Amino acid sequence: MEFVLALTIGVLYACGLYLMLRRSIVKLIIGLALLSNAANLLIFTAAGLTRGYPPLVALGAARPAEPFADPLPQALILTAIVIGFGVLAFAMVLAYRVYQSTGTDDLDNLKATDT
Amino acid sequence: MNVLLVLPILIPFFGATALLLLWRWRIAQRCLSLAGSAGLLLAALSLLQAVYANGIAAVQIGGWPAPYGITLVADVFSALMVVLAGFMGLAVVIYSLATIDAGRESFGYYPLLQVLLMGVCGAFLTGDLFNLYVWFEVLLMASFVLLALGGERAQMEGAIKYVTLNLIASALFLAAVGILYGMVGTLNMADLAVKLRANSEPGLTLAVALLFFVAFGIKAAVFPLFFWLPASYHTPPVAITALFSGLLTKVGVYALIRTFTMLFVDESGRTQTLITAIAGLTMVTGVLGAVAQYDFRRLLSFHIVSQIGYLLMGLGVMTSAALAGAIYFMVHVVLSKSALFLVSGVVHRLRGTYDLKALGALYAARPWLAILFLIPALSLAGMPPLSGFFAKLALIQAGLAAERYIIVGAALAVSLLTLFSMIKIWTEVFWKSPPQPATHGAANEPRLPIGETTALLAPIIAMAVIIVALGVGAEPVMSMAQKGAEQLIDSRAYVQTVLEARR
Repeated sequence: MEFVLALTIGVLYACGLYLMLRRSIVKLIIGLALLSNAANLLIFTAAGLTRGYPPLVALGAARPAEPFADPLPQALILTAIVIGFGVLAFAMVLAYRVYQSTGTDDLDNLKATDT
Repeated sequence: MNVLLVLPILIPFFGATALLLLWRWRIAQRCLSLAGSAGLLLAALSLLQAVYANGIAAVQIGGWPAPYGITLVADVFSALMVVLAGFMGLAVVIYSLATIDAGRESFGYYPLLQVLLMGVCGAFLTGDLFNLYVWFEVLLMASFVLLALGGERAQMEGAIKYVTLNLIASALFLAAVGILYGMVGTLNMADLAVKLRANSEPGLTLAVALLFFVAFGIKAAVFPLFFWLPASYHTPPVAITALFSGLLTKVGVYALIRTFTMLFVDESGRTQTLITAIAGLTMVTGVLGAVAQYDFRRLLSFHIVSQIGYLLMGLGVMTSAALAGAIYFMVHVVLSKSALFLVSGVVHRLRGTYDLKALGALYAARPWLAILFLIPALSLAGMPPLSGFFAKLALIQAGLAAERYIIVGAALAVSLLTLFSMIKIWTEVFWKSPPQPATHGAANEPRLPIGETTALLAPIIAMAVIIVALGVGAEPVMSMAQKGAEQLIDSRAYVQTVLEARR
């Protein structure tokens, strides 16, 4: 299972970076979305996978019976997904505004502030 | 004590909420943001006073014990940074009263400023790496909107670069946090400091450390990851640029100093060598970029990059004296740099341009403004008796004591080039005769009403006074910086306070 996830993460990172290197702003934003999803999966995988043992505390017990899945990475990912969603929504509006005010979605034409 | 730790986050939070409720009342928004920022500064000062007197303070939010809950910690360094954030917030709000147009004001400029301050203070005070990521996102989100607010074409072009690079940095930061959690099983910085020391996988630790270095390095604008900064920082109104230059890159540097003194202490010194090399390259490329510029704000933007190099030099040399120098330099550079940006805004208000070639003869028209420029400019270059001199002196003495001669040489040479480019601004803006006397002469200069002049100049005068005071009376701040540096070098007190703190 780890192997499949690791492969998925690698492919997501590669696709995200490739899309970010393109000139179109829309592809740039899709690339950003892939990158943040890859990071979320990376947390999930790196923290260790435990299948079939939800971290539920039985009635009267102080802690769940071993082994149990670590709930913290999922809490982290949930937070990161929410943040990523907000940021992505902002990035899409920004891209639209950039297109409105500059009339182009080609990053090569947006060099006026560089020099 | 506990309340003091939470106040720097709560005051801007409630300020932002109340400001959002007052969406349509611009006058009320102005008064409330002034009050909120002043309150933040007062809370920050009392926090610094308490931490300086009583040692490191920690509080567990929600009452969960240390490695599990979210911890807020303040040592002298972070309390000092919170004070800087409070001061910059107040200065920029005052300056904004005279410079921000009605359009920006009615689309949430003041609430966003408070959200930004909340994010910055949260990042300085948190004792948990994932919480640090969340605060980074809070302040980034506010800064994205502040940068793009107004929707001018240049702003849009700057914003797309700023947003992209910062989001890449955030994704890397998140990935590094994930790997670190998988490796050690905790994200509380005090707990990490203990467990990483006992860690048996130095290779993996080094890899994660470098991932953090890249992530924070993009945010701090170090070589070779700084290109977004001079492409975007000069596009929004000057008040926003001054706030960004004073706080945002410094949050990146703060995170670098915090993680590399506490968590990733490399006994072999490889990371220190790398950081020192990057510090030198950052200084040199930043100042060389600045020398070639003829736009007031772009020139200053490149100087932000160059000054980041000095802060990293303190981290690279990694002795107690060097870190003290870096902390003192942080106070100095936040004030000097922001004062220079604010002066550039006043010049733009008077003459309507940032182009150095189209400016001139301001010394004859406004001698006091010229002096207000000269104080932070010479301080930035490191002239005695201003704050920059003692900041650089401390760093260079520490570098010599640690026998890092190359970085010391680079720091001295970059000082000279900084002086050169400050003198360039001085001659172009203040001394030379104006190129087109008919259009840019003193005759058609707007006469500013007294209230506006006060709002424009009061923050600059306050910064100039502090710069001189920091130089003439360097001792109290320097001893505070030394105490902060000792707490950074020897993290036992920090770890003990965090792991033993009860609610």
